[in-house]
Amino acid sequence: MSAAKSKGKDFLLAVEGLTVSFDGFKAVDDLSFYLDPKEIRVIIGPNGAGKTTVLDLICGKTKATAGSIKFAGKELTKLKEHQIVHSGVGRKFQTPSVFEDLTVFENLEVSYPQGHSVMGALAFKRDAAVIEAVEEVAETIFLTDALNEPAALLSHGQKQWLEIGMLLIQKPDLLMLDEPVAGMSVAERKKTAELLKVITRDHTVLVIEHDMQFVGDIADRVTVMHQGKVLSEGSIEHVKSDPKVIEVYLGH
Amino acid sequence: MKSSSPLKWFGSREGLYYLALAFLLVIILPLALDPFRLNMVGKYLTYAFVAIGLVMCWGKAGILSLGQGVFFGLGGYCMAMFLKLEASTPEATAIQSTPGIPDFMDWNQLTELPWFWEPFHSFSFTLIAVIGVPMLLAFVIGFAMFTRRVGGVYFAIITQAIAAILTILIIGQQGYTGGVNGITDLKTLMGWDIRTDEARTTLYFICVGMLFLCLFVARLVQNRKLGRILVAMNAQEMRVRFSGYDVAAFKIFVFCLAAAFAGIGGAMFTLIVGFMSPSFIGIVASIEMVIFCALGGRLSILGAVYGALLVNAAKSGFSESFPELWPFAMGALFIGVVLAFPNGLAGLYQSYVIPLEDRLLKRKKPEAEPAAKPAAAQPDAEKADDYDPMINSYSPEKS
Repeated sequence: MSAAKSKGKDFLLAVEGLTVSFDGFKAVDDLSFYLDPKEIRVIIGPNGAGKTTVLDLICGKTKATAGSIKFAGKELTKLKEHQIVHSGVGRKFQTPSVFEDLTVFENLEVSYPQGHSVMGALAFKRDAAVIEAVEEVAETIFLTDALNEPAALLSHGQKQWLEIGMLLIQKPDLLMLDEPVAGMSVAERKKTAELLKVITRDHTVLVIEHDMQFVGDIADRVTVMHQGKVLSEGSIEHVKSDPKVIEVYLGH
Repeated sequence: MKSSSPLKWFGSREGLYYLALAFLLVIILPLALDPFRLNMVGKYLTYAFVAIGLVMCWGKAGILSLGQGVFFGLGGYCMAMFLKLEASTPEATAIQSTPGIPDFMDWNQLTELPWFWEPFHSFSFTLIAVIGVPMLLAFVIGFAMFTRRVGGVYFAIITQAIAAILTILIIGQQGYTGGVNGITDLKTLMGWDIRTDEARTTLYFICVGMLFLCLFVARLVQNRKLGRILVAMNAQEMRVRFSGYDVAAFKIFVFCLAAAFAGIGGAMFTLIVGFMSPSFIGIVASIEMVIFCALGGRLSILGAVYGALLVNAAKSGFSESFPELWPFAMGALFIGVVLAFPNGLAGLYQSYVIPLEDRLLKRKKPEAEPAAKPAAAQPDAEKADDYDPMINSYSPEKS
């Protein structure tokens, strides 16, 4: 799927006037932002700014009260979660959510984009293409040696990678990662940054992150959110020197 | 090892376990038991159908249904309606004020066969209905609940309510259903007298055959990707959804599958026991079915068969001598299972007997291939059977 025209420019994702209200509280308030294809965008902001809610809205976990989310020209707000996945949006959650009862291989296999219907899953065969795809992704996420291990035995960092791998094998156009390096060791962080570099060669990535060092390493552009709204947007230098951002988030 | 791989429970020895069960059911029990006792075992086995369905639905996919008796009963009533119509020929019911309709209808002043009884004159329709009616109801319930994302305890309560509703409905509509007595006095199946010893023995073997058919279907489902998705859904429903699966469709499928198994079990029950009544489908009966499954091991379809056999055998044995104590024993059994061995007999077998088998097998190995030292990294050998193209060695890289 390629990016379609939206308002005259080739955006992959166009979020416009997005609002969600929980019992009158607007967690996301008239939010608009645009993602170019192959861009790495990082969303930062203080706790409760609505960052995770934005990802929830895009992937369909939460339904928007108002506004539109256009992905490759397709309106996502009306679709169900699995349909949004099929349109090419992958979402990683904050706490690693992998299938602990299954092996690493099976985790990746279940995520392989084929046999998504009940009958399809019954007829699904582990053919050479599947094995090749799984092995390829496993290598990218540093888990080649753990393919036969139950996912429950992986370390925290490895689970995070596995979940990223489960997204990669879906071949999404847009990857959304919610705090991918939270709880990781310094070494794991470095490896994850490398991993993201590899990923962004052919994916658009939307990341929520707190670690400013890490943000500086990976981001093309940064969106700062505060109270459900965009506070500032631009390059990392621009954002870091913005007095409003320093006031509410970075501190003096 | 314990909880990590329910799917890996069946190793290369799986075939032997099935053979052992077949040997027990087809050879040992028929030789060891008189026709009366064998008929009892047949009755226990009809509950094993329900238990297998519960393994798929509850054990694997995490959908606890406390109303499986409903589907068991629907299958059983479908079969009973056919048999009753066959038994109610105008000649056999000549003394009734309306000959040719089932006796209980006559007692309830019905003068005409109700419309929904009509198709049950046909045996082929009945066979389809035995599976189709439970599946249809399961589909309606599943569609209403799962697309609205009702799950867990709420779903269990609703299934229980449905069991209560169906019981009340059947008891209340005496003229149409036979009421609290159920549908009794069933005699022949297509002219074949089902009350003789030979017929009962034949029905026992048919039941065993059907059971293996259901085991085969369940095994097929659990070994396919579909089975892995069911397990995955149980623990990480959200992740399954965001891996592109319509979770509700999978839940509806497995619930319908369990209902179909239960329906077949119910129909076999009617044939083997010779009648069907509301007492087999209500809340208590439905919960007992969950206990069969829990005791046998809710992750193992074979375990469920043994669970159904053992609990029912214990029930018969116990209630013959101390009828009033049985409910307490049953309750204690359930609490014991939940507290002490949550994965049931199959779990115990896995923790205690399988290591023994491993040791026995390993002792043989050095003779076969003297090069392999027993102390070498053998534990992986069994895992490797799952898929060939995988690399076997694993070096943990915990940083």
